[in-house]
Amino acid sequence: MSNNRIIHWFKYASPQSFYPLAGKMIPWFWGLAAAFFVSGLYISFFVAPTDFQQGEGYRIIFIHVPAAWMSMFIYLVMAFWAGLGLALNTRLSSMMAQALAPTGAIMAFLSLWTGALWGKPMWGAWWVWDARLTSALILFFLYIGFIALQAAIDDARRADKAGAILALVGVVNVPIIYFSVKWWNTLHQGASVSLTKAPSMATTMLWGMLIMALAFWMYSIALALTRVRAIILEREAHTEWVKELPEVKGNGQ
Amino acid sequence: MNAVIAIIRRDLLLAMRRKSEVLTALFFFIIVVSLFPLGIGPETALLRKIAPGILWVAALLATMLGLARLFAPDHADGTLEQMVLAPAPLGLLVTGKIIAHWITTGLPLVLLAPVLGIQFDLDTGALGILVVALLLGTPLLSLIGAIGAALTLGVRGGGVLLSVLVLPLYVPALIFGAGAVEAHISGLGAGGHLSLLAALLALAVFFAPWATTAALRIALE
Amino acid sequence: MNWESPAAFFAMGGYGLYVWGSFGVCAALMILEPILASRRRMDILRSLRRESLAETLDKL
Repeated sequence: MSNNRIIHWFKYASPQSFYPLAGKMIPWFWGLAAAFFVSGLYISFFVAPTDFQQGEGYRIIFIHVPAAWMSMFIYLVMAFWAGLGLALNTRLSSMMAQALAPTGAIMAFLSLWTGALWGKPMWGAWWVWDARLTSALILFFLYIGFIALQAAIDDARRADKAGAILALVGVVNVPIIYFSVKWWNTLHQGASVSLTKAPSMATTMLWGMLIMALAFWMYSIALALTRVRAIILEREAHTEWVKELPEVKGNGQ
Repeated sequence: MNAVIAIIRRDLLLAMRRKSEVLTALFFFIIVVSLFPLGIGPETALLRKIAPGILWVAALLATMLGLARLFAPDHADGTLEQMVLAPAPLGLLVTGKIIAHWITTGLPLVLLAPVLGIQFDLDTGALGILVVALLLGTPLLSLIGAIGAALTLGVRGGGVLLSVLVLPLYVPALIFGAGAVEAHISGLGAGGHLSLLAALLALAVFFAPWATTAALRIALE
Repeated sequence: MNWESPAAFFAMGGYGLYVWGSFGVCAALMILEPILASRRRMDILRSLRRESLAETLDKL
């Protein structure tokens, strides 16, 4: 009986079986995302109180922190799938990594953008070289490098594997980079208060961040699944099963 | 071990034959360093403050220039395939190439940097720390850079793409390397920075040749 | 959290530009990205359909 379950699981490792499965999952994740966004935004604007020190401006954390979390989380997941594709030689895992990269990059950009908009009224500067923002900037560069490398290599399998090595090297380096930037920051006494420190966090604020983070997470999954379906079609274009797809053969026949 | 030495000797010989490439990278370093005072102003106090950062960034950029030469020529004339097929483990051969790269690119930077540091009015102590930091840092740069060079072997837009990939990974080396000199200047002592730099170097010696070899095999498939 | 008026809500205590600049760009990106992703899928489907049509026509 357990043998049957194992076989069932690995069945979805092929692009052919995953394509319809992803198609069915996408609407559910959009639904979850919508639900979390509605409740999260409600908390962000109508439940969480005005902050004692930062007034209404602090509400940006309800986007900034989830975006930052997602940018790091997606990088880990991306590296995991890429590494799996490298180790097990599975195409679908590499396609998943490829699908995640743009979303991760946008999350990283969003964390930088919102960080700047939060910093300007609070600390008077559009950019503050605190450890979190600087590491986010470098993470953004790492995403861009991954995307650029894959775009530059024509052979899909080589792009997969090269990207995997880059992502894995990146994953090892991210904690090193974060540590070194933190070190650099504390020594230079740059930002005397870190943007990430919100010392008096009302519980409602915490809940708001958490729910918004879930919303971002569901959104990212829905988006990655959408994109991986496109990637599967692009890379499996000349296989029989793609040609037999109802979307391809046209209505009816 | 013989294989490593043979590779180092070979690469050094080739570099000697094409001295101009090695010297061009050095002059790039000198020119870039000289550009900053021209752009910022000759005020000595300011220059002394920014010197470690400038020297390090210029060292990063000069190393990047040299990385393109690491595998591409051997790839072009088929030597790289021979290395893959050779009985000696590819990892050792790759390590040899990285060592040779450092000797032709990093070591000259280490020797030249204190001379340029004088342009920025750094005192002898600071210059000494700068040399040690670069001595630890430039091999680190060669090791990390080799991974990038292997990944982008024969790829379109090679040089710039290599920079985009590798420069973010250079950030810790830059922070600890330049930071060591700054820490010395401000009287805090460079010990912490230098130890961290050494730790990174040890880590890279362990992992980078391995990753580089994997990337090379992927590039040559 | 009770807002005195819609105007107060939009002003965000003087931080309106920053708060709405953040939420606005986030919303814009989260609308744009899915559109681009599904557009990508539509494009590949379109070209696949065209190929399939060409093949069937060839067979005739």
